[in-house]
Amino acid sequence: MKFGVVQFPGSCDERDALAAARRVGEAELLWHGDADLRGSEAVIVPGGFSYGDYLRVGAIARFSPVMGEVARFAREGGLVLGICNGFQVLCEAGLLPGALLPNTSLRFTCRQVDVEVVNASIPWTRGCEVGQRLSIPAKHTTGRYWAPGDLGDQVVLRYAPGHNFNGSMDDIAGVCNAEGNVLGLMPHPEHAVDILTGSVDGLALIGGPA
Amino acid sequence: MLIRPKAGILDPQGQAVERALPALGFEGVANVHVGRLVELDVDDPSRVPEMCERLLANPLIEDFEIE
Repeated sequence: MKFGVVQFPGSCDERDALAAARRVGEAELLWHGDADLRGSEAVIVPGGFSYGDYLRVGAIARFSPVMGEVARFAREGGLVLGICNGFQVLCEAGLLPGALLPNTSLRFTCRQVDVEVVNASIPWTRGCEVGQRLSIPAKHTTGRYWAPGDLGDQVVLRYAPGHNFNGSMDDIAGVCNAEGNVLGLMPHPEHAVDILTGSVDGLALIGGPA
Repeated sequence: MLIRPKAGILDPQGQAVERALPALGFEGVANVHVGRLVELDVDDPSRVPEMCERLLANPLIEDFEIE
């Protein structure tokens, strides 16, 4: 499996995403200004920031040249994983339902959270079981997920009881598109790939399609 | 363009401002919401609604008014 990891001006987790993807396959960076996925078989839109996140988080990044290709790739069934700011970008791009709003606390929060796998039938979660708990760090200011209506099976991950620190609707931590090939989540699986930093549970998601 | 959070969606920023005002002696304040103002010069005003729909606002979570 060859992963492409998008790099926007302001991305800061693309190196960890590359390192995580290289534990399960090959990976290279995709520059935001190039409308070229360089033959990637799966694309990770990583965390950090993008274009200053002016206006709204992810609002301007979604119109970058690389995102046009990511959208086309996703519509053709290509595997896309959006993490944190990448999740926000995918929501703004309409590739995932809903939107991310400021945490109810209005504070940046960084903590290890437990998320529960709700849907283990999409490519990104096929290494998991329904009900499995993953310990993954989360770090954001704008992670309160909201969507109109009931998402049904598109809810892939929920914060475990007591772990929904940002006020997300129905404890939702990660959602997929209707087809299941695009997943977005606020916690950072790429930071949970080595026991040295406390958990390897992130590999269950990143390694899902590999 | 005046862009504000949609009614019914929690607005913690508005709530924080609402809590701060009485602390300064401004009593009797309710329903505080914080939005943003976008000013621009435009050659073709008929395109402004589309600008709002596609970039300046997120219609899922925000309402906008054009003046």
